[in-house]
Amino acid sequence: MKSFKEDKIYWDSNRRENREGLKAWLNPSRYGWERISYWLQRLTGVFLLIYFVGHVIETSSLVDGKDAWNAMLELTQTTWGHLFLILVIGTSTFHSANGIRLLFTETGRGLGKPGRPDYPYSPVSLNYRQKSGIWIALILAATAMLYGANILFAGE
Amino acid sequence: MIALVNIKNSRTNLEHDQKKESEIASNRKVIHLRVYRKNPKQGKSSHFDKFEVPVQRWTTVLDALLHAKGYLDNSIAIRYSCRMASCGSCGMKINGIPRLACYTKVSEIDENIITCEPLPNFPIIRDLVTDFSDFFEHHRAMEPFIHNPNADIVDKNSLTEFIQSPKDVERYLQSSYCIKCGLCYSACPSVGTDTKFPGPQALAQAYRYFADNRDDATQSRLDIVDTKHGIWRCHFAGSCSVVCPKGVDPALGIQLLRGHLVSFSKNDKKLAESRTRSLGKI
Amino acid sequence: MLMLKESQIMKIHYISGVAALFVVAVHILIRLPVVTGMPFSMSLEYENVVANYQNIAYAVLLESMLVLIAIHGFNGLRIILLEFRQNIVWENGVTVFTLVAMIALIAYGTRTILIANGLG
Repeated sequence: MKSFKEDKIYWDSNRRENREGLKAWLNPSRYGWERISYWLQRLTGVFLLIYFVGHVIETSSLVDGKDAWNAMLELTQTTWGHLFLILVIGTSTFHSANGIRLLFTETGRGLGKPGRPDYPYSPVSLNYRQKSGIWIALILAATAMLYGANILFAGE
Repeated sequence: MIALVNIKNSRTNLEHDQKKESEIASNRKVIHLRVYRKNPKQGKSSHFDKFEVPVQRWTTVLDALLHAKGYLDNSIAIRYSCRMASCGSCGMKINGIPRLACYTKVSEIDENIITCEPLPNFPIIRDLVTDFSDFFEHHRAMEPFIHNPNADIVDKNSLTEFIQSPKDVERYLQSSYCIKCGLCYSACPSVGTDTKFPGPQALAQAYRYFADNRDDATQSRLDIVDTKHGIWRCHFAGSCSVVCPKGVDPALGIQLLRGHLVSFSKNDKKLAESRTRSLGKI
Repeated sequence: MLMLKESQIMKIHYISGVAALFVVAVHILIRLPVVTGMPFSMSLEYENVVANYQNIAYAVLLESMLVLIAIHGFNGLRIILLEFRQNIVWENGVTVFTLVAMIALIAYGTRTILIANGLG
């Protein structure tokens, strides 16, 4: 059986010609809500990973004693720091809620059944469940951000 | 009397024809067709040529392109054949979205300027004509044929019948309607950067043969797509299903196949496999 | 990871994602004023945070969160980078880089948890 790895045509540099490249990742328009969800899931994922690495590093100041911890808090517990944290709350909520939807769909659940396609060929996989799932994720993210803002700025 | 009736009829026909012609004239408008031009053999530069083309309510983008080619510039390179969305030859990016030129009416685009570009993710041969070699290579890699050691095509006497119920057929029918036009391949964001990713078309074909109960290569089909650049590089952006002109819904087939890969979906014992097993060939 | 099939890696990706969701939820809930009975900023004071870390159950929660998110996040990064460019050097480099980065981050985070817990 031919594997992709063994087939030398896959190493041909000409194969990159006329590829959309990063434009395909970064432009979520033209193809509907599922494409926007793909874009947001990827962006939020990268953002959260960066935040996670930063968070592990910032909390490590705990081992250097109270002064180091307070110095770190002074840097992060500011208005801009809180706004950044609100963004983290929103992105993590969206990534989680949309991730649960994707967990179902990417394992073949909630997509509908294949059948005889009839004109005008409305794809069953892009059904109301997907769209409402994306909208629920967006609404949950907005709600979490509002709640987070309320808590973060209430103490100021 | 008969002669009088005939004269009356011919007058009515004439009036009808005149009325029809004036209707056609009122329907006719002129659109601006922007056509991507590039000849890699004559250098790397590309440009757009603009043509004014008269169109009617029923004019397709392919008709408009053929008008431009026939009357304005015969050097435009276009690939087309059936003109009825059956051959999949005239796929191109029309106003930013991959579509079949023969299946897209100018009137449905609802813009005065229609921009035709070659399908993205395919190397350009010339103008709007793209190279499908890689695309077909990915398709071939999926082994798009039925594996069945019992179907002896040499000895006709030993041919066995595989009866399929309508329900069995419906599991893969829609995927078998693929015309290999490449629209899904050019809309897919993963194909945009991953040259080894088979793309929606090939993966939908992997599902098509996987779901066919005459085929008994279940495990090897799963092994083909379960690679670093295989089926898992699909992220359900759904763009393939949006642009498919035949209702194949590649995104559906891919997700269903993944369900089998993670053992979430029940894999019904296939007729072909049980038969092969009973004959001791597995 | 090199020896695993892609479907097995993706199963780990999904499971770590769902599990991380639960532990992160607890991690956030523990900071909410309705749970702690104090304002958010006060819950971040040095003494309160150290007290949190010295609670064994919370330390275990933090460690599991560290491992789960690191696995999920760095595998996500591996997927993105694999799709970005295709050649043997890049692909092997991506796998090694994400694995090393994941292990390094887990080790660094674990060090914080152990020292703050008083075990280190």
